[in-house]
Amino acid sequence: MTAMLGASRSSAHLPRVTNWLLRNHIWIFLAIAIALFSFASPFFLTLNNLGNVLTQAAFIGILAIGMTMVMINGEIDLSVGATLALANALAIGLQGVIGVWPAVFCGLLAGAGLGFLNGSIIVLSGMHSFVVTLGALIGIRGLVFVYTGENALMVEDFSYTEYADISWGPLSLTALIFLGLALFFQWILAWTRHGREAYSVGDNINAAFDAGINIKRHKIINFTICGALAAVAGILLSMRLGTAEPNAGKIWELWTIIAVVLGGTRLQGGFGNMWMTIGGVLTLAVLRNGLRLLNTPNYVELMVMGAFLILALLLDRFISLRMAK
Amino acid sequence: MTARPQDAPVLEIRGICKTFPGVRALDEVSFNVGKGEVHAIVGENGAGKSTLMKVLAGLHAPDGGKLVYNGQEQSFTSPLDARLKGILLVHQELSLSPELSVAENIYLGAWPTNRVGVLRKKKLHEDARAALQALGSDINPMTRVGELSIARQQMVEIARAQAFNANVVIFDEPTASLADTEKAQLFKTILELKERGRSILYISHKMDEIFAITDRITVLRDGKYQGTETTAETDIDKITRMMIGRDLDAYFHRAKSAPGAEVLRVEKMCSSDFSDVSLSVHAGEVLGLYGLIGAGRSEVAESLFGMRQIRSGTLYWHGEETPFPKPRQAIEMGISLVPESRKEQGLVLGMNGRENTTLPHLSAYAQAGVMVHSREMQTYREYVDLLDIRTSGPDQLVATLSGGNQQKFVLAKWLCGHPKLIILDEPTRGIDIGSKSAIHKFIAGLAEQGLAVIVISSEMPEILGVSHRVAVMSEGKIVAEFTGADQTEENLIAAVSERRNVEAPEEGSAERPPVDARAVMGGQG
Repeated sequence: MTAMLGASRSSAHLPRVTNWLLRNHIWIFLAIAIALFSFASPFFLTLNNLGNVLTQAAFIGILAIGMTMVMINGEIDLSVGATLALANALAIGLQGVIGVWPAVFCGLLAGAGLGFLNGSIIVLSGMHSFVVTLGALIGIRGLVFVYTGENALMVEDFSYTEYADISWGPLSLTALIFLGLALFFQWILAWTRHGREAYSVGDNINAAFDAGINIKRHKIINFTICGALAAVAGILLSMRLGTAEPNAGKIWELWTIIAVVLGGTRLQGGFGNMWMTIGGVLTLAVLRNGLRLLNTPNYVELMVMGAFLILALLLDRFISLRMAK
Repeated sequence: MTARPQDAPVLEIRGICKTFPGVRALDEVSFNVGKGEVHAIVGENGAGKSTLMKVLAGLHAPDGGKLVYNGQEQSFTSPLDARLKGILLVHQELSLSPELSVAENIYLGAWPTNRVGVLRKKKLHEDARAALQALGSDINPMTRVGELSIARQQMVEIARAQAFNANVVIFDEPTASLADTEKAQLFKTILELKERGRSILYISHKMDEIFAITDRITVLRDGKYQGTETTAETDIDKITRMMIGRDLDAYFHRAKSAPGAEVLRVEKMCSSDFSDVSLSVHAGEVLGLYGLIGAGRSEVAESLFGMRQIRSGTLYWHGEETPFPKPRQAIEMGISLVPESRKEQGLVLGMNGRENTTLPHLSAYAQAGVMVHSREMQTYREYVDLLDIRTSGPDQLVATLSGGNQQKFVLAKWLCGHPKLIILDEPTRGIDIGSKSAIHKFIAGLAEQGLAVIVISSEMPEILGVSHRVAVMSEGKIVAEFTGADQTEENLIAAVSERRNVEAPEEGSAERPPVDARAVMGGQG
């Protein structure tokens, strides 16, 4: 945010760069992680591998963009993994019936529609988004199993999977879409009315109400964005894999939340941005990729990542306490 | 100073009624507000001031009556509607987004954008700067609001009046969390707004402020209009009588007991918030701790109760040297602290009165870890009677009680452990005159029963009225202590200001207050 605004959010007593780094300290973590793995594995710091990291990061990354919008509002969406699976299944399953692009469009529409439904239920009922989207997570996953008949769906025309191979240098189409969307939504947050509303609603909802902001409409829009982006990730996944597993994207909502929180976006709302989220997503992906290159056994990898996450969040807390002084 | 309110009433309130379930909050209230007038609204808590303000600011719709604004009948559908039509409420708890910039907050929800909703940041910052400068403020519009002091945050809200060209600005207890210099600045700004022909509605409990800056005073009682007085032609006694509907024979009550044995003494207590604090308090004595906000009074109180880290110093409890306690030990020793903010520190709002009362003393109400209901109920009944707490029953959540009754539960909670020393931090903040008087009487009663009492207050009449002895704190130090005839308003002011301007020439030494706290320790009475 600060990078885009000039220094509008800096504390007066700190130099601009220090201040930006403190507020976006995830980038320091990322630099350290990259440095460590570069020493530990000769394969890590190659253009090819870094391109792979970015592609692998992109799916969680696209989910994380929508999650950041919702989380700045002080809400949460646990149903993104299941929505991803539904869009994935629809994009593949409907291809034989209505053609490739109409199927893709249906997947997108389903994601946006479910996001709209989530948001509407939350703002109209006044229930907490944690509860509502937890229900949605279970329900939508059930729907995916019903639709796929509990089997993996296969794409009929394999030219569909060639879209995933489009690339620009080391950057795959998936990675480009992730970065493009992240920049676009950062622009929305920093430069548009909707962006200002997002912070205002999450930061002090009473002030937002007094100021005449339509809080309900605003939140519904963000849940719709979140659902639509989950569908985008699901469609990109269908292009990459050519199959739709009913279990696709399982617990990805958790990795998404972790990436966003790791970036520094506040769970209670009112604070965060896409730079932070990109940093969080990349750190998570680098960690995973680096540990794999070092042939870490799968479950040890999980243990290391869990421990790292808690350490990173502890440090985050420490830094913000120091900054508050 | 005097406006000509009869000339052009900007706002006429005609027979406004508002009923909430079970309460007639406003009953046929009528008065008018002139152009360029500072108009005070006073009344006890529950008199209907807040409801009236919320009706005017578009937060509540009235059940009956009319609002005539600029000669036209108006009804406001939302706070934004009222704001756009020119009525702005400056909230007691500020209505700002700490993470947004000053400029973004001034224009909250009404940011200048192009047709597709992209912000026009340059215009936003220029307009905000202009609004702030017009009020004589040098706040940078690009600063994050969370980085500003409370006084400056309030300025941001007031700047909205300029930005939205508000004709009527309503202030709800604006000085509640301001220091004296900040208050002076606020009053300057209010007079600035008045100069520009804006009308001010000023709600406050503080009579000195009201008499200092307002042109007229409207009094409400139990939701009913009691009358409007011209400030220059009335006095505090008359307004007070109108507010409570009877004479206040004795406004302050000082305990008649003579101080007994020493209960607590600290010497050279230091922490990161204060240094070399030495004080003592005796059984049956009320010690006043006076000072400006930020002087370190609350920090001293919290340290005695074990809530803060002490760097050095010694504590004597009943004459014996004792290590500084942790809160649990302090409770066991018999120290109670009634904190400044009852909602944040004093009560668990989601619990009922009974549960709150016994919370610090649970082991006394439990058998092998299981709560004994009958014992709890007995204590609850005892204190509800003793303190005359108005509640619908032991299961009513304290969140739903009025401020005065909440405060009484905080007292009950700390009294039912039978403390030896009770520390009351701003016990009457935000409480109406009637309840204040009851609390003063109650404090005197505690001392008369032999408790040692420390009262912290920013209100000089209160501290002078209830204390046997007053210690004055400034910038983390105890700068003076007064007893008996020396305990005067002039001395307190001198003690506070002397410390503030160390370079200032000394006054005649004969009039100087004693600065060494212990020099006067023996001479109370």
